[in-house]
Amino acid sequence: MEASSLTQQFFQQLINGISLGSIYALIALGYTMVYGIIRLINFAHGDIYMLGAYAGYFATTFFKMSFFPALIFSMVVASTVGMLIERLAYRPLRGAPKIAILITAIGVSLLLEYGGMILVTPQPRTFPELFSTATYNFMGLVVNSQQIVILVVSLALMFILTYVVNHTKVGKAMRAVSFDTDAARLMGINVDRIISFTFAIGSSLAAAAGILVGIYYNSIDPLMGIMPGLKAFVAAVLGGIGVIPGAMVGGVLLGVIEALVSGFLSSTFRDAAAFIILIVILLFRPAGLFGKNIREKV
Amino acid sequence: MLKVENINVYYGAIHALKGISVEVKEGEIVTLIGANGAGKSTILRTISGLLRTKTGNILFEGNSVATMAPEEIVKKGISQVPEGRRIFANMTVEENLELGAYIRSDKPGIRKDIDKVFERFPRLGERRKQIAGTLSGGEQQMLAIGRGLMSQPRLLLLDEPSMGLAPLLVKEIFSIIKEINASGTTILLVEQNANMALSIAHQAYVLETGRITLSGSAKELMESEEVRKAYLGG
Repeated sequence: MEASSLTQQFFQQLINGISLGSIYALIALGYTMVYGIIRLINFAHGDIYMLGAYAGYFATTFFKMSFFPALIFSMVVASTVGMLIERLAYRPLRGAPKIAILITAIGVSLLLEYGGMILVTPQPRTFPELFSTATYNFMGLVVNSQQIVILVVSLALMFILTYVVNHTKVGKAMRAVSFDTDAARLMGINVDRIISFTFAIGSSLAAAAGILVGIYYNSIDPLMGIMPGLKAFVAAVLGGIGVIPGAMVGGVLLGVIEALVSGFLSSTFRDAAAFIILIVILLFRPAGLFGKNIREKV
Repeated sequence: MLKVENINVYYGAIHALKGISVEVKEGEIVTLIGANGAGKSTILRTISGLLRTKTGNILFEGNSVATMAPEEIVKKGISQVPEGRRIFANMTVEENLELGAYIRSDKPGIRKDIDKVFERFPRLGERRKQIAGTLSGGEQQMLAIGRGLMSQPRLLLLDEPSMGLAPLLVKEIFSIIKEINASGTTILLVEQNANMALSIAHQAYVLETGRITLSGSAKELMESEEVRKAYLGG
């Protein structure tokens, strides 16, 4: 009796963890891609996710869009803002010491958070219900329709991303710039344009995550990006920063661990779990699960 | 075809090129020889637009390319095979070649040129799906040269193609360079292996700490007492 209810609890948390984790994965992808291409931890990335959630909110409430148009709309808005941030805040610092760009990223993050408060008020808003909530039971496990939507949308986006990066011209150019920027220039690749494109893709994935979370938790606010942003950063490091499949696996893994910790220990330890993982990874395997120990370029 | 006129290039406070002028005529192989740190690679990097000259000019087919972005210069018809090969080691042989053709969009033409590279370097053809980082040094150099040709350059800049290769392979690479030149591509070759470079070049320049100290036909330089002493081992 005891044992079977424990297994059931385990699988239930696994389901919850995978849907939460696929959201982390979407955000982590933006971190990892931007890091891969300009070696910057873009701390404003979590706030792009918040911005995406708000774009989705306004698309569905004011413009009465349904889910898919709202998703596309918010991805487009976020990628435009992402490109603008890169163009205005990071590109002028391209030759500057790394620390200058990092501090700028923190500044951009604060600007988005508190600028956001001025624009949309700090009051949390209720995200409209875009799907009728259906709950499915099978073998004692509960899955709701939001979890299914989250999983399907994130899997589809990750599939598209993988295809773009591996099989299209612009994807190959992204990998080339990430591997050796000067050599990429010698191939005739416009590096600035590829960097712009990377920010656009990363931001649009974060926006999709923002909408999905809005649907899942029903509530959005201007500071909602801070914690998931940090968690997704942990997920990216866990998978190996700069490695795209690493971010996907790291995100899902982190989500599952968090769900198991809150299910079996206590939900108050949930956030601690993520950061304990970060510390452990940095101590024992700083390159991450999928990272190679790459030589520093000189 | 290419005229480098009195360029001065700095790395911060270091004056790396001090009033360098080089001319490359269409159809020739021109070589820049000199010791490590003389500024040979710096010249190529400046021609490709990775570095900027403070003064002077770089003319390609009569037009200045001195302020153009590297990707524009590739489009004009200048391609560089950089020092140390710099292939994309995490991608396949074929993907490396496709990236070499980045500025082109004629898919059938690109396909045909990839096959041409495989004809020229059969060993690459056998390894087309292999990750480039797993190739041997000689194969990587061949890939780098093949990749450099994929943009259909009229001028090919080669930076130390013999670096780190066994003598037999060096010979092979140089005969390939001669072939590429014979099929109509003008070549500017930077080398430390002065003997080999002079043996295939038409014109040559000797570089010492950022200055050109000697220039002339490759034959003249090969016979020059100074060059023999300093670079040809007697």
